[in-house]
Amino acid sequence: MIAIVDYGAGNLNSVKKAFDHLGAATVVTRQPAAVAAADRIVLPGVGHFSALSILDNGGLRDALLQDASAGKPFLGICLGMQWLFEGSEEAPECAGAGILAGRCHRFPSSVKSPHVGWNSLTVRGGSRLLRNVAPDSFVYYTHSYQAPVVAATTAQTEYGARFSAAVEQGNVFGVQFHPEKSSKVGLQILKNFCDADL
Amino acid sequence: MLTKRIIACLDVDEGRVVKGVRFLDLRDAGDPADCASAHARDGADEIVLLDITATSDKRHTMLDVVSRTARELFIPFTVGGGIRELSDAAAVFEAGADKIAINSAAVRDSTLIGKIAARFGSQAVVVAIDTRRVNGGFEVFIAGGRISTGRDAVLWAREAADRGAGEILLTSMDRDGTQSGFDCELVQTVAAAVSIPVIASGGAGSTRDFVDVFRDGRADAALAASIFHFGIENIGQLKRELYVANVPVRWPC
Repeated sequence: MIAIVDYGAGNLNSVKKAFDHLGAATVVTRQPAAVAAADRIVLPGVGHFSALSILDNGGLRDALLQDASAGKPFLGICLGMQWLFEGSEEAPECAGAGILAGRCHRFPSSVKSPHVGWNSLTVRGGSRLLRNVAPDSFVYYTHSYQAPVVAATTAQTEYGARFSAAVEQGNVFGVQFHPEKSSKVGLQILKNFCDADL
Repeated sequence: MLTKRIIACLDVDEGRVVKGVRFLDLRDAGDPADCASAHARDGADEIVLLDITATSDKRHTMLDVVSRTARELFIPFTVGGGIRELSDAAAVFEAGADKIAINSAAVRDSTLIGKIAARFGSQAVVVAIDTRRVNGGFEVFIAGGRISTGRDAVLWAREAADRGAGEILLTSMDRDGTQSGFDCELVQTVAAAVSIPVIASGGAGSTRDFVDVFRDGRADAALAASIFHFGIENIGQLKRELYVANVPVRWPC
């Protein structure tokens, strides 16, 4: 069972629909107990970084951090990936999980923001999440803030500068793009997450 | 590299995809869910579904059609038509849309843009502008082109962006359905005035038109309906030709 964490993010339904299509059982929940009972966790997200502050109420943040450190497969999507870092310029008062070092920043003023559309990945070999994904695949983005390139970065995308498109550290995965909206490439990535044997 | 998007638009009336010329003389082009899937298979980067008579008939968006179309669609899906308040937008998102497009309601109450953006994020709010050349300027029309507003399209686009719109869907009513090419001057003027993506619409007829609107018009995306529905241009073929012409597109896909 995959728990899709409901903190009011806009793309919940799309994420659930994609897992339904893959035949994976999901539960959309904001109950820490239901998150703890699931064997995989997806933190979706689109919108403002401050929306993540909901996680701090009711013990959800602790449940997520505990599961992530206990080795349960965890996938953060878009804002959900940014949450893995220490924080974001978008809402400096709101703490990220700090599982990955660094903070998220705005795009440079040389490019239009938000970054909307299909952009290409540069995939580093050996990623489990990106298995069977062509190294220059196109994926769909819509975001105004970007995560830095760090040791856990498994794919980068260029827009104004290079940023983290995908991260992977043990059982913790994150993608800045929207796999649920990235056609066949995205479905392959979600399937890899379902299959990830950790 | 960020690619230029090709968007297939489904104008829906009474549950069927239709297409007219200059917003009139509608022809049937099939079932929305079937059309959306077919265009996605062909390589469309996004699907836009516009319930074109919702506003003029004073009814809400057809949610059953939205949810049926969204079910097996794994590319971005925008829905417009009949969204008058925040609760209408919420219902459309709940039915499976990734973005909503607002047009008449945003002109009547521009605070609606900010209200929806605050709840669902700017990336989910597309402000659609229907415009026609009037006295050397571009005037905004609402209610499916039936009502003139006296407002300037460029100023309105800028205000919409300031109020939290994530993208502008800019339709030239003069070119709509004519297949005589996009209004590149209009698109370029608006694209230069706002810092958010601009989707060009109205007039797509050939590959050349797309090349022109991406290069001269500086459009971030281009939307078309008739040429895709009636098989004049296959999206896959179009993207192959754009690729050859050095326009960055998602191809192969």
